[in-house]
Amino acid sequence: MKVLVNISLKAGVLDSQGKAVHHALDALKFDGVNDVRVGKQIVLQLDETDASSAKEQVTQMCESLLANTVIEDYEIEIVS
Amino acid sequence: MKVGILRFPGTNCEYDTQHAFTLLGCSTEIIWHQETSISDTINLLVIAGGFSYGDYLRSGAIARFSPIMKAVREYAASGKKILGICNGFQILTESHLLPGALKRNESLHFISQHHHLKVASDNNDFLRNVPTGTIVNIPIAHHDGNFYIDPESLQELYSNDQVLLHYCNEEGTLVNPNGSVDSIAGICNKEKTVFGLMPHPERAMESILGSNDGRRMLEGLLTT
Repeated sequence: MKVLVNISLKAGVLDSQGKAVHHALDALKFDGVNDVRVGKQIVLQLDETDASSAKEQVTQMCESLLANTVIEDYEIEIVS
Repeated sequence: MKVGILRFPGTNCEYDTQHAFTLLGCSTEIIWHQETSISDTINLLVIAGGFSYGDYLRSGAIARFSPIMKAVREYAASGKKILGICNGFQILTESHLLPGALKRNESLHFISQHHHLKVASDNNDFLRNVPTGTIVNIPIAHHDGNFYIDPESLQELYSNDQVLLHYCNEEGTLVNPNGSVDSIAGICNKEKTVFGLMPHPERAMESILGSNDGRRMLEGLLTT
């Protein structure tokens, strides 16, 4: 089973990379960009075939290692 | 006095740290991260700076799960003193032995320079020789030194005298090289036994190398 984890800084925690990318887009004249947040994506291939059990396992992975929940939020997406 | 110095794959300040504590008359032991115990003879444990596990995922995130860390948590729980310098500070926050987190510097640049710091509280062993308000000159060298903590926990840090050091200029006015909340450069836990800071006191031991202000700080940890 393929699972995607998207990790980004929490709302309210300044995202310096997002800000820098936003400035660069402005400099390239891409108008109408209101906000940019830069996160990271972790792609997991699991033996598990049950979606809800996979989600439970990946949640534990996020809480213990993949995300630092002091500053980061995570979203889990079951792909297949 | 015996000082244990932790070494992970990617740690690169263990010999500087060893040199600093040798100058202060301590015996030292470098402890590899695969070890599972910390000798009872060790009075102070230092988590040295560097780039443990290449800073992959987040600085300090993977080191937190090294075999030695179980012993480090037990060592902390027993009330013995731990000092985390730079990557050591990051490892301590990732391990929840210290509150908050260290983010990428606001400028996104790696910063390597001497920097002035102002002592926020000397009500602890680490800074007992450096009175509150003292300005010291200690090098910083980091990419992820941007200290973050939520406003409520920040108030708690201040009310418990857990904020140790602020970044400042030569005159003592607070400045902010990396985006840290309130220009904070170092903190300790509530019990004042676990200390973490981004600057490198072990690199400020001899005036001929720019500053010996680190000496007084480290000396404070040697008296029991």
